[in-house]
Amino acid sequence: MRRFKADLHMHTVLSPCGSLEMSPVVIVDKALERGIDIIGITDHNSTRQCAEVYKVGQQKGVTVFCGAEVTTKEEVHCLTFFENFEKLDAFQAYLDKHLPEIPNDPERFGHQVWVDADEEILGQEERLLISAIDQSIDEVESKVRELDGLFIPAHIFRPSFSVYSQLGFMPFDIKPDAIGISSRYNVEEQLNKHTELKQFTVLRSSDAHFPEQIGIHYTVVEMEEPSFEEFRKALHNVEGRRVIELR
Amino acid sequence: MKVADIIEKLDLKVIGGEEGLQNEITGGYTSDLLSDVMGNVDEGDVWITLQTHRNVMAVASLKEVAAVIIVKGLEADENTINQSNDEGIPLLSTEMETFELSGKLYQMLNE
Repeated sequence: MRRFKADLHMHTVLSPCGSLEMSPVVIVDKALERGIDIIGITDHNSTRQCAEVYKVGQQKGVTVFCGAEVTTKEEVHCLTFFENFEKLDAFQAYLDKHLPEIPNDPERFGHQVWVDADEEILGQEERLLISAIDQSIDEVESKVRELDGLFIPAHIFRPSFSVYSQLGFMPFDIKPDAIGISSRYNVEEQLNKHTELKQFTVLRSSDAHFPEQIGIHYTVVEMEEPSFEEFRKALHNVEGRRVIELR
Repeated sequence: MKVADIIEKLDLKVIGGEEGLQNEITGGYTSDLLSDVMGNVDEGDVWITLQTHRNVMAVASLKEVAAVIIVKGLEADENTINQSNDEGIPLLSTEMETFELSGKLYQMLNE
């Protein structure tokens, strides 16, 4: 069994709040520099930058998990990941259907473009990606399950855009694959306070918006290889695969 | 004032929890952040929100509110309605927006 460093929450140039420097090459190079083995691409309500980062990652030896950070109707941020592009595209179609028609104002919120390995612009999202989609957290979870993806509520104790801020506590019928707790919280303290969460694997990530932030926080995972299926096993403590440390 | 009285005066629709229509109202609270409501709503308040998630009724029950009113004609989730019935806490609905409803209710409770 080997150990891998995973930073599974970051924004690219596509997120309005993501720096324009966050291109596929810059992200992958920074991950390599910081010794991060697996990165998760999680732009707000869009998966459209994933494929290009994945390609660069393949060339340079960084595993890239493709997904999005979805803003549910309740304004809860949830990370989602999918194991192949067929499923990722199906989820993109779901996002396209449920994102409201509110135009982005690039001057105010930032640009929403996705780019290739040469930093050439491939497309622009016209709708504001930081809006909430019109689906509840339960509906988003169901869609992710239907596509056999991973569903991970992000920074669950943050005072905004989190399960605890918006919904008071983790809905009892939601069964996330893991939960994200940001570095400013003491995980042990929080789990003792919210014992209902002890059944879930905790992840820590950088939530990077700028290259310098990539890998400042990460999760150490023990598994056979850096694949989606192995990672799923680790989140569920199957066959000795497990999360061993939050940094 | 009882929940049944405000239903009549504000022309509210009863979605669930009819058992609690005689609950006495002692105040009101308007918020959509359930974490905030958990910390600040008082027992006997009418809680005005646009959230429709089932957790709304869990918080309503925990805090023993008199009733919950969902604004803008938003449809409550089915399990939210079920829980309202189970808890016997009225779940009410209005086409009014939060500002208008809160203003009217405030006036009624302070007359």
